[in-house]
Amino acid sequence: MSTTDKAPVTDWATDFDHTHPDYAASAPEVWDDLRERCPVAHSDRFGGVWLPTRHEDVVAIAHDTEHFSSEGVIVNDYKPVGLAPVGYAAPITSDPPFHADARRLLLPAFAPKAIARWEEATRQTCRELLDEVLVGHDAVVDAARDYAQHIPVRVIAEMLGVPREDGDRFRVWIHRILENPGEGFETIEYEDTLDYYLTNVIADRRVHPQDDLVSYLLDAEMDGEPLTEDHVRGTIGLLLIAGIDTTWSAIGASLWHLATNPADRARLRAEPELLPIAVEEFLRFYSPVTMARIAATDVEVGGAHIAERDWVLLSFPSANRDPEAFEDADRFIIDRERNRHVAFGVGIHRCAGSNLARLELTVAIDEWLKRVPDFELADPAAVVWSTGQVRGPRELPVRVSARGGEA
Amino acid sequence: MRIVYDRSRCQGHGRCYVLAPDLFDSDDEGYAVLLVTGAVPTDQQAAARLAADNCPEFAITIEE
Repeated sequence: MSTTDKAPVTDWATDFDHTHPDYAASAPEVWDDLRERCPVAHSDRFGGVWLPTRHEDVVAIAHDTEHFSSEGVIVNDYKPVGLAPVGYAAPITSDPPFHADARRLLLPAFAPKAIARWEEATRQTCRELLDEVLVGHDAVVDAARDYAQHIPVRVIAEMLGVPREDGDRFRVWIHRILENPGEGFETIEYEDTLDYYLTNVIADRRVHPQDDLVSYLLDAEMDGEPLTEDHVRGTIGLLLIAGIDTTWSAIGASLWHLATNPADRARLRAEPELLPIAVEEFLRFYSPVTMARIAATDVEVGGAHIAERDWVLLSFPSANRDPEAFEDADRFIIDRERNRHVAFGVGIHRCAGSNLARLELTVAIDEWLKRVPDFELADPAAVVWSTGQVRGPRELPVRVSARGGEA
Repeated sequence: MRIVYDRSRCQGHGRCYVLAPDLFDSDDEGYAVLLVTGAVPTDQQAAARLAADNCPEFAITIEE
């Protein structure tokens, strides 16, 4: 059991807390239980928050931008107000009609053809990390902390044109924003914030333009006008926050699965061409991201009466394990061919970075298995899953039988 | 067999053009573009079904 200062949860249907260590430890069981008996859970915490668990309800909310606003997407005690339709991190926090134009600016940089050029750099990053981690044979390495977490940080740093050494600071800020949202603001110096960091990066690029996403956004226009400073800073912050914890979680969860399922590990080694199909099942079964909305009006979902301004969590992970939507939903099937999963969300806010995330996840598993064909949990009790809206292992010690430096 | 692709539902998930690259392509923003008009060649029918069955937005339907 983890220690926590959060109030204990006695009934997940009426008092759930997605930031509680108990949720981190057993979220899939919580969803299964709620989906059957509830299916829209509620909690008075965070000023009132709902948790729909059925695929049908989650998808309906994601498509309903009239009754649900993206003004707030991370549930915490401080609810954004007066920021719609732009929000603090466009376009993920934007509503129509502003959202479409802000999103269109980003899409070309994240379309498959544009993302393909990052594959070699991603492979190189994974190989370097494995070289650093795999010193000697039969070592215990932390697949989450020493491997998975560094991959998206280094790739996004390159896309933004900032030093990869800054990655450690990114992770601190992200942890603060995603895993303990709204806590501890009082004690933080402004110079130690993402906001301050990005303001400096933007000021630098205005003087020294580079071939990177920051300069691209500074050059971009909407309706014939340059983007506001707030818009640029919000969007870059979004790319950092949304691209790192999420992908790290997906890589870590996939490696956790392979550490604990020797048959699937052997199958992927024997049939590497299966990896793209397997990646979709990793994404379904271990979907890292739960989004959120704020109800724009009173609205009913799955029998629950949601009041205007209530938080609503969009549990794509729970939707992806709904037996009404998937055959054998509770089974990981590595060659599942029909897989209409919603790990990247649905509707107008479909994850803009999904092609990059798929690339990183595929390459990270591929490179790991080439070098570490066999591995197992060093200590199952030492695995720690994250709290909050991004789910993945944060500590994942595995015992590896590594091959040498061959490619 | 014919493919009916509803561009207004497509959100650019990109499942179809990965699973059925001879039937779908991506535009510059990642949205799908249907490459065939009329009947789907026999050797592409399994790929067409896969594309339809994996679209999270139900933007692709198959008419037999």
